[in-house]
Amino acid sequence: MTADVLRVHDLLVYYDTPVGAVTAVNHISFSLKAGERLGLAGESGSGKSTLALSILRLLKPPGRIAAGEVWLDSDNLMTLSAEEMRQVRLAQVALIPQGSMNSLNPVMRIKEQIADALQDHGVQLSRRQVAKRAHELLQWVGLRPEVANMFPHELSGGMKQRACIAIAMSLRPKVIIADEPTSALDVVVQKQVMETLARIQRDLQAAVLLVGHDMGLMAQFVDRLGVMYAGQLLEVSPVRDIFTQPLHPYTQMLIASLPSLAQKGTFQGIPGLPPALRALPSGCVFHPRCPHAVERCQSEAPLFREVRPHAWAACHLL
Amino acid sequence: MTTLLEAQHVTKIFSSGLLDRHSTVALEDFSLAIDSERPSITAVVGESGSGKTTLARLLLGLVAPTRGEVLYKEQDLQTMSHAAWHAFRRDVQVIFQDPYEVYNPFYRVDHVLTTPVAKFKLATSRAAARTLIAEVLQAVGLRPEETLGRFPHQLSGGQRQRVMVARALLVRPRLIVADEPVSMVDASLRATILGTLRTMHLERGISMIYITHDLATAYQISDNIVVLYRGAVVEAGDVELVVKQPQHPYTQLLMSSIPLASAERTWTTETDIGASGLQAPGSAGCKFADRCPRATSLCLQAAPPLFHTDRYRAVACYLYQSAPALAVAEMGKAFTAPARL
Repeated sequence: MTADVLRVHDLLVYYDTPVGAVTAVNHISFSLKAGERLGLAGESGSGKSTLALSILRLLKPPGRIAAGEVWLDSDNLMTLSAEEMRQVRLAQVALIPQGSMNSLNPVMRIKEQIADALQDHGVQLSRRQVAKRAHELLQWVGLRPEVANMFPHELSGGMKQRACIAIAMSLRPKVIIADEPTSALDVVVQKQVMETLARIQRDLQAAVLLVGHDMGLMAQFVDRLGVMYAGQLLEVSPVRDIFTQPLHPYTQMLIASLPSLAQKGTFQGIPGLPPALRALPSGCVFHPRCPHAVERCQSEAPLFREVRPHAWAACHLL
Repeated sequence: MTTLLEAQHVTKIFSSGLLDRHSTVALEDFSLAIDSERPSITAVVGESGSGKTTLARLLLGLVAPTRGEVLYKEQDLQTMSHAAWHAFRRDVQVIFQDPYEVYNPFYRVDHVLTTPVAKFKLATSRAAARTLIAEVLQAVGLRPEETLGRFPHQLSGGQRQRVMVARALLVRPRLIVADEPVSMVDASLRATILGTLRTMHLERGISMIYITHDLATAYQISDNIVVLYRGAVVEAGDVELVVKQPQHPYTQLLMSSIPLASAERTWTTETDIGASGLQAPGSAGCKFADRCPRATSLCLQAAPPLFHTDRYRAVACYLYQSAPALAVAEMGKAFTAPARL
């Protein structure tokens, strides 16, 4: 059995607002093994992007990590100095952020941007070596070598996203955190980019944390899927189980809300709205919208526990 | 058949540059007619750059076609009278993609609902107006007492988009042009909003042109579908046929690329990024030829017409040239009759 490469333990993240602290990530724990792909799905405001940024300690104020540990192998990232943390990023944990293709510098050639990342992490290369490395990386992500000499505006959205993946992978990270990496791309290009990411991840035997709202993308890409709601993790199960035998009522309703391409008239919305994070309901966060809620759900928060082998959920009814 | 709204051989070309003018064909020779007697839901599907938003803007009269015309009850939108425009704005409503940008942040959300009531003299008294507004809000699943009197930023994205649907319903339109109405809304609310639109179609007989990049929601809501690629129709007809057994190589590529939200893994192999090797066509040939795995030299010579391959489907591809060809304006012949309750 492979050891966990990333362990998030009891992470608690607040956003400070004029009316008090708002809990964006509410005591979340999970772990990732080498070579594994874990998805974190949730609707807007569920805290999934905040969680991804918190792991890398890239959260900006008013966001604030209040408690918790993030272990990368035997290092607790929360106790590293700022400079140590900077060296961990890219070299060991790489981030492919949302809309990352817009993060390329418009006035630098792609190869200069690749070199920039390498040099910043202490890799000293001659100009010829940089060119060689850039070619290898671009080829790896399925781009022609000529792209190295191009500027971002000369590339299509899919090509820019691949270039970003090339930069993110340049130091062979152990963990790849991808936050909605294809949200701005068309489906055909999205499939190609995700396939490229999958191949590279297999080559590196890296762990992937894919954050997003597209359940279809999750179904096709990840091994295990976590479902977030109002800052909490309500369920983590093997992805097949999520779609065939979801445990938590929220997961069940979320799956039922997805429009099918197989049968007409088979999707149903979830009545009500997610709670405001500054006024979370007592007990289970989902109880006001849950059709199965009982009295206990209003007063007592359910524990997150293993309901079936490898399938965890937080619900009193399970 | 009497048509409510009709696009006839519409082409829209955007030009840019002052000295070195280069032009982009956003939509080419497009025809579509919406019957005023039989309500229908027609989906227009395409990726970015397919011309679907240009089509919406043309149908609404927000931009003028370069060639061809858009007709409202047989009157050209570009030349019709002020009175005809007033009637058009009542009969044809729009729901845009972004439920954030359409609101003026300084006004309460009531403003977008009271304005059409005043403009179209929908109510004779203040109380009657309130009743009318409350009724449409309830129809889209909003509680009037929790919605009215609020500012846009106090509502969630899904609520804001539902207020937009309510606003569109208020004037009792005959047709709603919905341009990506749910692409910025979470899955659980998306189903609710689409369900509302479908109910309005069935109960109030409102036709809809549903413009989207999302084939799954298009399949769920529409009777007929038109697939656009770089401004040209590649496949059109009964949504069941087009989605379940796509015939055009582009529709097939599109369908196989959709990440299905099911336990079945359909993404298996790495898709070939390379093209067919044929040269990218100019305006002459099939627009998909440079990416098509089955392209031949014929595809580069002239754009394929629509071939009527099934009773309720037409495909613009030479693979089906043994089927009878349809003229551009005859695309509707391949449409199935809308489902009835």
